[in-house]
Amino acid sequence: MAIDVANVSKRFGSFTALQDVSVHVEDGALMALLGPSGSGKSTLLRIIAGLEAPDGGSVSIGGQDLTHAPARTRGVGFVFQHYAPFKHMTVHDNVAFGLTVRKTPRRELDARVGELLSLVRLDGLAKRYPSQLSGGQLQRMALARALAPEPKVLLLDEPFGALDVQVRGELREWLRRLHEEIHVTTIFVTHDQEEAMDVAAQIVVMNGGRIEQTGTPRELYEHPSNEFVMSFVGPVNRLGDALLRPHDIQILPGGHDLYSEGSTVEALVRRVAHLGFEVRVELILPDGRDVWAQITREMAAELELAEGQILAARLPAPRVFA
Amino acid sequence: MSASQASAIGTGGRVATRRGGPRAQSPARERDTAASARRLGLRFAALGYLLVLLGAPVAMIFYRTFEHGLAPVWSAVTQPNAVHAFWLSIELVAIVVPLNTAFGIGMALLIERGRFRGRGLLGLLLDLPFAISPVVVGLALVLVYGRTGWLGGWLAGNGIQVIFSIPGMVLATAFVSLPFVARETIPVLHELGTDAEQAAATLGASAWQTFRKVTLPAIRWGVVYGVVLTTARALGEFGAVSIVSGRLEGQTQTLPLYVQDRFENFDATGAYAAAVVLALIAFATLLGMNLLAKRTKRDTVV
Repeated sequence: MAIDVANVSKRFGSFTALQDVSVHVEDGALMALLGPSGSGKSTLLRIIAGLEAPDGGSVSIGGQDLTHAPARTRGVGFVFQHYAPFKHMTVHDNVAFGLTVRKTPRRELDARVGELLSLVRLDGLAKRYPSQLSGGQLQRMALARALAPEPKVLLLDEPFGALDVQVRGELREWLRRLHEEIHVTTIFVTHDQEEAMDVAAQIVVMNGGRIEQTGTPRELYEHPSNEFVMSFVGPVNRLGDALLRPHDIQILPGGHDLYSEGSTVEALVRRVAHLGFEVRVELILPDGRDVWAQITREMAAELELAEGQILAARLPAPRVFA
Repeated sequence: MSASQASAIGTGGRVATRRGGPRAQSPARERDTAASARRLGLRFAALGYLLVLLGAPVAMIFYRTFEHGLAPVWSAVTQPNAVHAFWLSIELVAIVVPLNTAFGIGMALLIERGRFRGRGLLGLLLDLPFAISPVVVGLALVLVYGRTGWLGGWLAGNGIQVIFSIPGMVLATAFVSLPFVARETIPVLHELGTDAEQAAATLGASAWQTFRKVTLPAIRWGVVYGVVLTTARALGEFGAVSIVSGRLEGQTQTLPLYVQDRFENFDATGAYAAAVVLALIAFATLLGMNLLAKRTKRDTVV
């Protein structure tokens, strides 16, 4: 179901966590709330779930105003950052919890739990305890538990934050597929721009309790509405007031006539770092400023880059935000 | 306890012989032996302290009790006054422990989960029974509930006698054993955090369901320990109960009061036998609560 957050504000003592925030999430969408820590993204998620009460504004799910409804009646599935497993219960009982408290008949409950466990690929682990599961398995158990009572919306707080890089990548892929399969309106919170861009179709970028920009990953990257968004959704070089994407800096082959091109400058190679497909070239410009360029492996080989070398670089027109 | 003591001393002996060995010692080995000597010293100090404070007196009580065999002990503990004191103590524990357990858990939830001003003050109040001498508690209760006290007169007018009677003894015992369950539960609740409880709420559980199915199982070890301490304290309480009960033989005499009475009347066997019964009840509680908690213990990796 669609989620509508209108003009929500929240303060904790003297700290303003959210300031007049409005978000609309389409029915069946997969949206990311992206921002640095303290930007208010988790608070917003908790307000939607009813775990926190807003000071002002309203929250509605499926057109129904739930601003003052307690969490347990909202029909939201919430996955906590550290999974919040019920440690004294088996995986089966954890997943069944939302059904048990609704007094679901035994047979129906077992069938639903079995179905969910195979959906999250934990079949065969039903009798284990949370302490016997890995981080990735706990994460999937928490997801199955949240999905069991068939929530209207699914909310995930930093779902991959506590996992190591490899598992994170797998689960990302898997969450996207899961969403395609079950189509429940989903919001997840992350501070990782790559994660947001990889998983979500729509991203809300937050900073300092406000929304900076909302859009598709591509829109945000190509048309950032301000300096914060530009520097948060991708790497940047900062030249005074101007911002420059590292892959927009072109390194020109040797023997190039420096003075025939307006935006071409001389640059000293300070360091070349090979990061796999991508090569990071750190340059010093004639005026002493540092920039770095991102080029491909092939290009780096072709240019025969070496530290201490002086070469020509073409800087595109940088973006300046008023 | 004596078995573990013996084995510890045995180990100490072996270490000492090895250290005295004739082999040449490298500097590393010397450091090693210095460290093990310190460990040994610490171990002896700790064991010695325990022995002087706890082991020897308890052992002596047991020894003196059973010095002349079982027959005198049996006749001592089956004295009508002894039997009455035993059941009175059990009755007090049976009333006070459930009361203070319910109160303690509620108080712990209030202090740890509540969102209101004055929680710190509440915590201080909770510790008051630790700070006040039981004798003072007894006197204070007499002041309030005695026949001339401000509530006692009215209560007596309505046919309720508090002082020199069971209600007063319940009050005194409840007061001195008040903080244990809450004090043992608060840190466990704190450690638990609120995530699991909030997860239960988003899954549709009511406050009571969350408490029953999520919070209580997670804090049960704290509660169990609190109950054991409460029981031990309630069972052993002397000062406050001594004052409010009036120590009427066969009527308001609890086991500790009975022990004191026998001791003052030069009935050593009677005093020691009753003391052993007290110790055995405490031990049984400890064992019982452990078994109870273990039966529901399922979160540990097997």
